[in-house]
Amino acid sequence: MKPYRALFRIRFANSLQYRAAAIAGLTTQFAWGFMYILGFAAFYSANPYAFPMTFQQTVSYIWLQQAFMAMFFMWNYEYSIFDSIESGSISYELVRPMDLYSRWFTTTTANRLSRTVLRCFPILIVAFILPAPFRMVLPAEAVRIGLFFISMVLSLGVVVSFSMLVYISAFFTVNSAGTRIAVGVAGDFLAGGYIPVPFFPDALRFAVELSPFGAMQNMPLLIFNGGVTGDALVRGLLLQVFWLVALVFVGRVLMSRALRKVVVQGG
Amino acid sequence: MRLYMKFLSMHIKSQMQYKTSFVFTTLGQFFVAFATFLSINFLFDRFDYVGGFSYEEVLICFAVMMMAFSASELIGRGFDRFPAMLGNGSFDRALVRPRNVIFQVLASQMEFSRLGRFVQAVAVLVYAIPRSGIYWTWDKILTLTLMIVCGAFLFFGLYVLYAAFSFFTTEGLEFMNVLTDGGREHGRLPFGVYGDGVLKFLTYVVPLALVQYYPLLYLTGRTDNFLYALTPIAALLFLLPCYVFFRFGLRHYKSTGS
Repeated sequence: MKPYRALFRIRFANSLQYRAAAIAGLTTQFAWGFMYILGFAAFYSANPYAFPMTFQQTVSYIWLQQAFMAMFFMWNYEYSIFDSIESGSISYELVRPMDLYSRWFTTTTANRLSRTVLRCFPILIVAFILPAPFRMVLPAEAVRIGLFFISMVLSLGVVVSFSMLVYISAFFTVNSAGTRIAVGVAGDFLAGGYIPVPFFPDALRFAVELSPFGAMQNMPLLIFNGGVTGDALVRGLLLQVFWLVALVFVGRVLMSRALRKVVVQGG
Repeated sequence: MRLYMKFLSMHIKSQMQYKTSFVFTTLGQFFVAFATFLSINFLFDRFDYVGGFSYEEVLICFAVMMMAFSASELIGRGFDRFPAMLGNGSFDRALVRPRNVIFQVLASQMEFSRLGRFVQAVAVLVYAIPRSGIYWTWDKILTLTLMIVCGAFLFFGLYVLYAAFSFFTTEGLEFMNVLTDGGREHGRLPFGVYGDGVLKFLTYVVPLALVQYYPLLYLTGRTDNFLYALTPIAALLFLLPCYVFFRFGLRHYKSTGS
């Protein structure tokens, strides 16, 4: 465990260095968040009852999503991993006495966390002090905040273990750009990155909620804004645990199979 | 121009060397656009109108912006990658060659996988045009063409501006994405629905609304004033400050020395 903790600390400190980039990113995210909210506001003013969530819930959803974007969105890949597979420098990693899966899992998690830490607080603070219709509100019950954090950790695990599958697929395809983009976009869409999952047509919504995509950003965001309660909430959390375990298991199996016949291109 | 064609065919040939990779990246780009399309679709499952615009009218909006954006991205990719060019010093090589600098940046990169988005936009346009209830006369066809062509130039201008900024920062500036990617992503709805403030900004500061919202009003018969159809041409004025700023940055250019 100790080397992974060290690795985690290194990656974490490393990404914290890019503070200017984080500030530039912040402005971007504010603007995006506002445009999304204004766009939804236009729909709500047409008919406020046609959506399964109130406008206030949608506003909270979008601000949280912007604040934790680095954590939840699939396209936040760890590009150095793809590079190491494509360039062959993976061979250095293979001779290290560390389990490769855990190693990648650790670095990916550390990077996502550090980027989030840099970005989330300013967004959250501003989102809480904005004028009324655009303000984010805390859930009424304190227990929801606790559940939100638990669900967020699980969802980070699911996102990371899912992107591990994409990294591993690079062993088989050599040039992974296409898979990367396609899986990233499809995943983010199904996870509710473009429009919240409750806005999907019913059949698709049902399927997504059972799939690993429903166990990503969908759960914590809906727990926070009150979009999911009672039995559905418990079931959602259990599904998150299930997918996390299942994805890690599949990832490990695939990885050991890939490593058995890895061919390092010389040079 | 002949030289540009040479570069064009060179880039096509080099990207065709990796056919599977090209096909997959193009498909990936297709998905990117498709996700936006689907989200419009799902929203209009629950609504018939947004800000008074129908589903088909919104689709025209989406398709126009997507076409303009992907066309400018295909051609102007060199400016998108410009910070990297400054960083690794390959811009210095461009400076010593006896050709126009802008031309060389343009010719340095072309990204044909962006055709994936373009094709999607064309398909959506083909679907929406007969269903939009617009009576297509010559002036409307002209308006639509102007929207797409001038839109592409406007996005291109934004790329040049982005490149010009990086003369001073070396790193690419992420906030420019709000204008380029944001213009495409949020341009799926007519800019008028975002409220007065946003519309004013997009009219007078970064004239994205001039290629989208105002001509759309004419296209859908909400106004008879033919001037609205010509606003995309006015948007071209935006290219001027972009160019001037780029020249200004160029004059202040200091090599990174590597």
